[in-house]
Amino acid sequence: MTTSAPAARGERDGRADGAAPARPAVLTMQQAINRALAEALAEDPRTLVFGEDVGRLGGVFRVTDGLQRRFGEDRVFDTPLAESGIVGLAVGLAMNGWRPVPELQFDGFAYPAVDQIVNQVARMHYRTRGAAPMPVTLRVPSFGGIRAPEHHGESLEALFAHVPGLKVCAPSSPAEAHQLLLQSVRADDPVVYLEPKARYWERGPVPDDGPAPPVGTSRVVRPGRHATLVAWGAMVHRCLQVARLAAEDGVELEVVDLRWLKPIDADGLAASVARTRRAVVVHEAPLTAGLGAEVAALVQERAFRSLAAPVQRVTGFDVPYPAGPLEPKYLPTVDRVLLAVQRVLEF
Amino acid sequence: MPVPDRTVAEVLDPAVPDPIDLGGLPTDLLVDCYRHMLTARLLDAEAVALQRQGVFPAYVSLLGQEAAQVGSAAALDRGTDFVFPTYREMAVALAFGVDMVGYLASHRALWHGGYYDPVRSRFGAVNAVVGGPVPHAVGWALGERLRGGPGCAIAYFGDGASSEGDVHEAMNMAGVFRTPVVFFCQNNQWALSVPNHRQIAGGSVAARAAGYGMPGVVVDGNDVAAVYRATREALDRARSGGGPTLVEARTYRLAPHSTSDDAGRYRDAEEERYWRGRDPLPRLAHALRSAGLVGPDFFEAAERDARGRVTRIREGVASAPEPPGTDMFDHVFREPTPELLRQRAAWCEEERP
Repeated sequence: MTTSAPAARGERDGRADGAAPARPAVLTMQQAINRALAEALAEDPRTLVFGEDVGRLGGVFRVTDGLQRRFGEDRVFDTPLAESGIVGLAVGLAMNGWRPVPELQFDGFAYPAVDQIVNQVARMHYRTRGAAPMPVTLRVPSFGGIRAPEHHGESLEALFAHVPGLKVCAPSSPAEAHQLLLQSVRADDPVVYLEPKARYWERGPVPDDGPAPPVGTSRVVRPGRHATLVAWGAMVHRCLQVARLAAEDGVELEVVDLRWLKPIDADGLAASVARTRRAVVVHEAPLTAGLGAEVAALVQERAFRSLAAPVQRVTGFDVPYPAGPLEPKYLPTVDRVLLAVQRVLEF
Repeated sequence: MPVPDRTVAEVLDPAVPDPIDLGGLPTDLLVDCYRHMLTARLLDAEAVALQRQGVFPAYVSLLGQEAAQVGSAAALDRGTDFVFPTYREMAVALAFGVDMVGYLASHRALWHGGYYDPVRSRFGAVNAVVGGPVPHAVGWALGERLRGGPGCAIAYFGDGASSEGDVHEAMNMAGVFRTPVVFFCQNNQWALSVPNHRQIAGGSVAARAAGYGMPGVVVDGNDVAAVYRATREALDRARSGGGPTLVEARTYRLAPHSTSDDAGRYRDAEEERYWRGRDPLPRLAHALRSAGLVGPDFFEAAERDARGRVTRIREGVASAPEPPGTDMFDHVFREPTPELLRQRAAWCEEERP
């Protein structure tokens, strides 16, 4: 289970120096998730994909495009518009031996299903003393950045990471999306898989399915020695932008993609901070009681003597997710992250 | 908008006949039903007593609902069907063959879901979010149809739960997917302190079935034969590909909502007296006797057997072991997180004598 196993480090290095297959497919994240779903459906006849508009339409983001045609209407199907019912359906299917991969069409539509997710999916294994496992992967197009209507830009990770019995992950790239989804689907525990919809159309190499680092492993996506930026989902991309800019001024920032928001890679965080002595955590969700607080607490618990400055948080504000023109002002900007970097460097 | 309180006579349906028509049902089925109903009645009283003695922190009595529970359970196939209960289905568990010590362990608060195996027992864990398990039944039934299995799911819920959104989402999905599921509503007239007319618009729970493309049936829930027939018909329809059915069994919760409740604060004794007069147990006993289906010694022998069984269950649950503290860590995940393992280790260290 430990996060800093040699295999994990090898995986990180592998991605950085191109040790992965010579010519991996270049896909968008949306295509990478589609490929992972197809592979999951093909490898295990118990896997089912369902939700609103995932069948004939192929999903509003076309993430499930072509799956119904290929695997049939029994394995990939549309449901009525009822999020709580969709998740409840998954619970019953799992109790009858299936491995459901339901989609909730948008993050804000997960709230009507919170009862089923928290009271049922997360607790069924516990309630039944392990008799009824819940191998459910709940896909939720998440986070902001696409100027969508209200309820289409929510960050759910703190809510679900707080719930005992759930695991939570969020990919930052097509390769991560592919690997994390397959890992989630193969897990026997329920996983909430948060897809950064702002990155759906970003292209990147997607290596073939292969050994993955253990659940709960973070990844150093850019090494550095002056400070660590911790992020997940679309904010990893934002942090890489910041790191490139900072490098022009000779500041070498390490960017850690947390990948798993539960379990969090405490060892990986501590190892990075041991190298850099400073940390800034960046997320889209509001500040108060956000996952950044958990990251900051873990860093000070595990690496207090390494720290040269208090951990900084750069986050959305404590406001409901705002409409289009305010969205870029709400989301952590490059400047706000740079300012936090400056604070930890000058402390 | 204030809703005028109805009179007791309006709330109750005087048209329901008291005699039970046993016609056509096998004697052994009826005798089994009587035995289960009687055992449930006695076990229920024991459970209340265990609460009074401080062994159970709380208990939810099913007193008066034995026919609705046993009659419906008797129609199920224990080898293929799956029951999704709420928290008042003790007599269903009993009639369905669930390990009752393990079941009552949930009421002794040893473990929320009890000590029995819900998957092997084909009887889901007790659930206090009363609408919650209803979509599970639809999912289970859909899964059964997808793999071509013979089983049906049955979802138990009450008149109170019939107001929950999950119940409506589940019934609609079942109608759309035509899953082999029976929605079995025990309308016991009172959702804790709220009576039917402040809970259910549209006249009945069963009336809602029309909107979900399935038959809705109202049945005298204190007539075990009628309950059996209605449930059996619904199951036969589901099993032959005819889709879901909503059965509303009109019954009455003779006891308070729970051992913590005082029903005298919201309903009058006259109403309880009325329903005591339609107690499902004497009704079945009377019908068995007048039809000549049982001998003169049957009732005494049945009670002796039931009391013996109840004593064994009571002793079993009262002496059941408390779970080790490590259990609270060990059942959260299939693959525990490093943080959970750390907390477990720290707890074990603190607990070490």
